[in-house]
Amino acid sequence: MAYQAKGKILKNSCVGGSYFKLSIFCPKISKAALPGQFVNLKISHGFIPLLRRPISIHNVRGSNVDLLYEVVGKGTELLSRKKAGEELDLIGPLGNGFSARGARRAILVAGGMGVAPLLFLAEKLKKQKPLVLIGAKTRKQILCVKEFEKIGCVVKIATDDGSCGFKGRATDLLKKILVRVTIYACGPKPMLKAVCVIAKAKNMPAQISLEEHMACGIGACLGCVVNTTKGMKRVCKEGPVFDSGEIIW
Amino acid sequence: MANLSVNIGKLKLKNPVMVASGTFGYAEEFKDFIDLKKLGAIVTKTITLKPRKGNSGPRTCETPAGMLNSIGLENPGIERFIVEKLPILKKTGVPAIISIASEGPPEEFVELTRRLDKIKEVSAIELNISCPNIREKSRLISQDARATYDLVKSVRKVTQKTLITKLSPNVTSVVEIAKAAQDAGSDALSLINTLTGMSIDVDKRRPKIASIVAGLSGPAIKPVAVRMCWEVYRAVDLPIIGMGGIMNTEDALEFLMAGASAVSIGTGNFINPKASVEIIAGLKNYMVKFKINDIKKIVGSLKT
Repeated sequence: MAYQAKGKILKNSCVGGSYFKLSIFCPKISKAALPGQFVNLKISHGFIPLLRRPISIHNVRGSNVDLLYEVVGKGTELLSRKKAGEELDLIGPLGNGFSARGARRAILVAGGMGVAPLLFLAEKLKKQKPLVLIGAKTRKQILCVKEFEKIGCVVKIATDDGSCGFKGRATDLLKKILVRVTIYACGPKPMLKAVCVIAKAKNMPAQISLEEHMACGIGACLGCVVNTTKGMKRVCKEGPVFDSGEIIW
Repeated sequence: MANLSVNIGKLKLKNPVMVASGTFGYAEEFKDFIDLKKLGAIVTKTITLKPRKGNSGPRTCETPAGMLNSIGLENPGIERFIVEKLPILKKTGVPAIISIASEGPPEEFVELTRRLDKIKEVSAIELNISCPNIREKSRLISQDARATYDLVKSVRKVTQKTLITKLSPNVTSVVEIAKAAQDAGSDALSLINTLTGMSIDVDKRRPKIASIVAGLSGPAIKPVAVRMCWEVYRAVDLPIIGMGGIMNTEDALEFLMAGASAVSIGTGNFINPKASVEIIAGLKNYMVKFKINDIKKIVGSLKT
């Protein structure tokens, strides 16, 4: 069940560079939310920007929904200027999230902003202290390390330029894993594609969270579909989380 | 008590607010957000004879006060539609208007209509002869008065159900096409489909939509749509279902005053899933405020 609800902004602050963390009081959505799901936000009251902005749920604390976002365009720029006390129109929780069943050890692989939905997942899996691999181009794009560590995760970092952690990609770190694990990944398409290749080679289950342009977020417009082994699937409805074997790249 | 009921051909609607094809899925997508029973009618995503995968992505992009789309009529095909989707529509109790199109020869419209004609739950058929996103054909049926006439005529022969012809705004004279549809026996007209448009990513020097040209919808096209309803209203006797950028009650009233007997909410559903039911309530309030007992008195009431 998804809801269209008003949520009051509790906090909206820069956490470095162009990254922002937004906390919204919205009990209806926080209660129903699962890791990997997203909310669709109406940012302006007017017609510019017209469409909602889909943003994955970063964490849920009681009645609060936390979102981590990067200012990339006019919509998110406008969102970054919203202040505590203002109201937003939200639809959520939307989509099919991560399936965190099974006792097998988990590895979370994040590329850049891909950390956003994985913190919520790590929270759910914290008993087993999952390993988190975070990759980005450079140090400044490595986010949420402290948050993951706080809940008991072991974090390993990879940067393309070597400015932090291992010089290389998060998927290079993943290749070195020898024990059988379940992989949960979110990040740019090339990274997710690499995760699928590794998962297949190692015969490990993997769940990946995709991102596509979407107009409605609720399964009506068919703007966000991807080609899968079971036909065209909507990223907003059957996704954003898919089994790695399902996607036809 | 305000009377909101309207007639579209043989179809009686309890209110004039419908949801437009391609923007409401097959209704189930909206059940979390609104009471579907409140709607005047539901127009389905367009169905074709065979399943279609649609166009490759990106399929949508945002534009000032609007959006472009090139979905390419992705749909499960008539067989699966009847088995999987129609029962859900039936359960709503709301008149179901089935939008159909042909990916190939116009004869497919006739075959689709024959199939739908036998089904009681099909309240009306909308002929989507104006989708700009199937590029197998260089010209749309709705861009040619003769082709429009021939198509509607051939479909008319195989069904007594209400036939609605959906027209394209991408023409020199929409009135000419509307007249052709009327002459061929269409019961009503839907206008408008999307306006063709383009948007370019200047950093990449690439089109923002994979198919390059796409259909523009949303508030940006509303004045064009209202104008076309007004032109057609004055020239043709058929009831008009007006659509194009309706976001709220005021927008809906513009269409009604310009001559539309009913309105369809399209892109508005994406932004506010509750738009349709809010507009139904808004129309009632307007009628109370201005002491209008029958919504038909608003239709074409523009003072000039």
